[in-house]
Amino acid sequence: MIEILAQVFSAGTFTQMLRSATPVALAAMGGSMTEHAGIMNIGMDGMILMGALIGVLGSYMFGSAAAGVMAAVLFGILVGLFFALFVVKLRSDEFIIGCALNVFANGFTAYVSRSVFGFSGTSGYEIDYMQPIDIPVIGDIPFIGEILSGNTALVYITWILVLVMWAFVYRTPRGFYIRAAGEKPETLRTAGISPERMKWLASILCGMLCGLSGAYLSLGYLNGTFVEGMSASRGFIAFACVIFAAANPAKAYLAALMFGFFDAIGLRLQNYISSDLTSAIPYAITIIMMVYVVVSKERRRRSGRAAAKTSAAPPAEGAGT
Amino acid sequence: MPNTPETVIQLSHITKEFPGVLANDDVSLEIHRGEVFALVGENGAGKSTLMNIIYGIYPPTDGEVFVRGKKMEEYSPKNAIANGIGMVHQHFMLVPSFTVAQNIVMSREPRRAGIFFDNRRAEEITRELVKEYGLAVDPSARVEDISVGVQQRVEILKALYRGADILILDEPTAVLTPQETDELFAVIRRIISEKHMTVILITHKLGEVMAISDRVGIMRHGRLVSLAETKNITEREIASEMVGRPVLFDELERTGTPGDVMISVEDLHVRDNRGLTAVNGVSLEARSGEVVGIAAIEGNGQSELLEAITGMRECVSGSVRIHGTEAVGMTPGQIRALGLAHVPDDRLATGVDAVADVADNLITGRQHSKEFKGFAGHLRRSTIERWASEVYQRFDIRGAGLHGAVGSMSGGNMQKVVVAREFSYDTPALVISNPSRGIDIGATEFIHEAIMEKRNNGCAILLSSADLDEIFRLSDRIITMYEGEITGHFKAGEITKEEIGYYMTGSRRKEADKVDAS
Repeated sequence: MIEILAQVFSAGTFTQMLRSATPVALAAMGGSMTEHAGIMNIGMDGMILMGALIGVLGSYMFGSAAAGVMAAVLFGILVGLFFALFVVKLRSDEFIIGCALNVFANGFTAYVSRSVFGFSGTSGYEIDYMQPIDIPVIGDIPFIGEILSGNTALVYITWILVLVMWAFVYRTPRGFYIRAAGEKPETLRTAGISPERMKWLASILCGMLCGLSGAYLSLGYLNGTFVEGMSASRGFIAFACVIFAAANPAKAYLAALMFGFFDAIGLRLQNYISSDLTSAIPYAITIIMMVYVVVSKERRRRSGRAAAKTSAAPPAEGAGT
Repeated sequence: MPNTPETVIQLSHITKEFPGVLANDDVSLEIHRGEVFALVGENGAGKSTLMNIIYGIYPPTDGEVFVRGKKMEEYSPKNAIANGIGMVHQHFMLVPSFTVAQNIVMSREPRRAGIFFDNRRAEEITRELVKEYGLAVDPSARVEDISVGVQQRVEILKALYRGADILILDEPTAVLTPQETDELFAVIRRIISEKHMTVILITHKLGEVMAISDRVGIMRHGRLVSLAETKNITEREIASEMVGRPVLFDELERTGTPGDVMISVEDLHVRDNRGLTAVNGVSLEARSGEVVGIAAIEGNGQSELLEAITGMRECVSGSVRIHGTEAVGMTPGQIRALGLAHVPDDRLATGVDAVADVADNLITGRQHSKEFKGFAGHLRRSTIERWASEVYQRFDIRGAGLHGAVGSMSGGNMQKVVVAREFSYDTPALVISNPSRGIDIGATEFIHEAIMEKRNNGCAILLSSADLDEIFRLSDRIITMYEGEITGHFKAGEITKEEIGYYMTGSRRKEADKVDAS
């Protein structure tokens, strides 16, 4: 038993946690943008899948993983534009468009992958992938160094992006506009700013971040392989993280870490329990997370009620309008 | 004012067509610098459309707008703001989760290092504006936490920060107490005398027109039918021009004395949709042959109270008795059967089925009665039709006809359908919420007379309205509510509209007098 625990909570588990969390975190940050802009984006899974394929394709064509990542991000812009065209410009139902995007991504990636790499996929092809980076001093610290050092560049870039996206949303005027576009678009319009443009911007950012997420998945996580359907519903997990974090990029990253942690534990436990069962763990945790969101909201509501009972608190005023 | 007034806005033959509606029909108008111009008219007369054109929300179909002699080339809020026009919309354009300062500086925010929002500077700017214009707001408070009156100040400050010197206020007093209205008017007077600004006021409260405006323009069916100096016109003349025929609004006739207690509420506690206490220990009663008016600013628990009484909302504790029978825990249908009819607050949401036709709406709630239901469970169409057409005529409903969809009718006629249905139940008790909200003067007059007739015939009526004039006109007794509690009981004529504002804001309280039946 102790042996199992030691293996479950080894440094390797935490390294695996970072690796599993990164693609979800990147997509969740993208989803936070659309969520703030008032778009319910369930198309992230398709966006990730396309990013994964384009990443591999770019790396294969240009012979460099970095070029693959660039290609995935650029293609992500296109996907974001495509999404916004229907959702913002043509005012279609975002739920349906999200579904359509996921289905389209499945067919599109399978078609392109089979046309380029054949039916057996990318195995047997030389595809450049991301190499782990060793951080000099930190890497020598036992346990922590083992976790923090030796990751691919995108893991570190994700950390920077968390800060950048958080500052963008909460500390720049444009971030304020994006949030206003979701919360009360007329406010922007009467201020002479187009809320539609903010939604376009959010969609494009989401496309880019999901493209990055996909590129990490194929070029970092799986060392340069594309497998059909490899996003494995990570886009939906990311969406859960967005809701869990109330679209705060920093909190979304933490939620993604939680997913990564249970994913890693699931992988470790495979030696002891059926792998079909262990691979369900992170998804089960996601469901529990969502229940927690609802329950905690309810609890906050109740405590708010208690506060209102004990004092003549102001919220009752003007709330009816 | 100088003898030859300077024109700041000139509207020249403005026509605006929406699909199927002519909202503005050849309107020409000049607004002078330094005046308060009141634009009055019934709902749907085209006031807001005209102002939205000036503010650039949409372009006119035909005609031109000149601002300070310069023709408006591009219709956009951005361009209007650049021309010094500011608008405070009826529904505030504020982001609830942002702070006051963040809302005020939006679109022209102070920056740090060129890219970051400078919150400290935004709050400083707000404090400077507060000092300059005397409109007190807390810069760091979230908009969702402040009262409607303060939200309005934020809206005005926002327009001023953007450099407006022509301010359009769209029905600014609809949500204010009499005291807040006075404060607003003081601010308007100050910015005009000190800052030489111009104010355009959209309203349908004639008392306010007389109190604050220099000139008044009256709109009816999209046309500007009359333009006058306020000092040369009377309230009654304005009302007649708005409606297109003389309006009386005389004292309503009251007969009879109050009888048995029909609606009795004791120590009632109710929660609102967010789970917060909305009604906190309210006790009241209404006797047959009297109208009890509830005066409260929107959002102080009056809606939840009436919903609880009529069974549309769960009660936490307390008792509601209709004609002596405990009604807490009953469904709305069961409560109706006890003898309580209900004209709800939001006619579109709970008053009518907008898709169904007028006849079906008129019998809704009694489709199972023997009168309308045949032996096989089918509806007896011809009986329904005969009955509905009689009610239709009695209540002077116009617009769609018996088989037109209720949704295609005007607000006033839709409300008449609700009133006709509820009043034709002939119940001994009635709960009425905002009977004249958003409907024209003619329909209001009709509904008021119908309510008074019910009262004189011995119905117990509990009335809630955001319109104080309505409360004062109809009520025999007035109850004020603030934050879910009753703050005062008054007999009609015992209190003025000015004074009652103190009770509606909780700054004064009066314990209940023992109200005798005699």
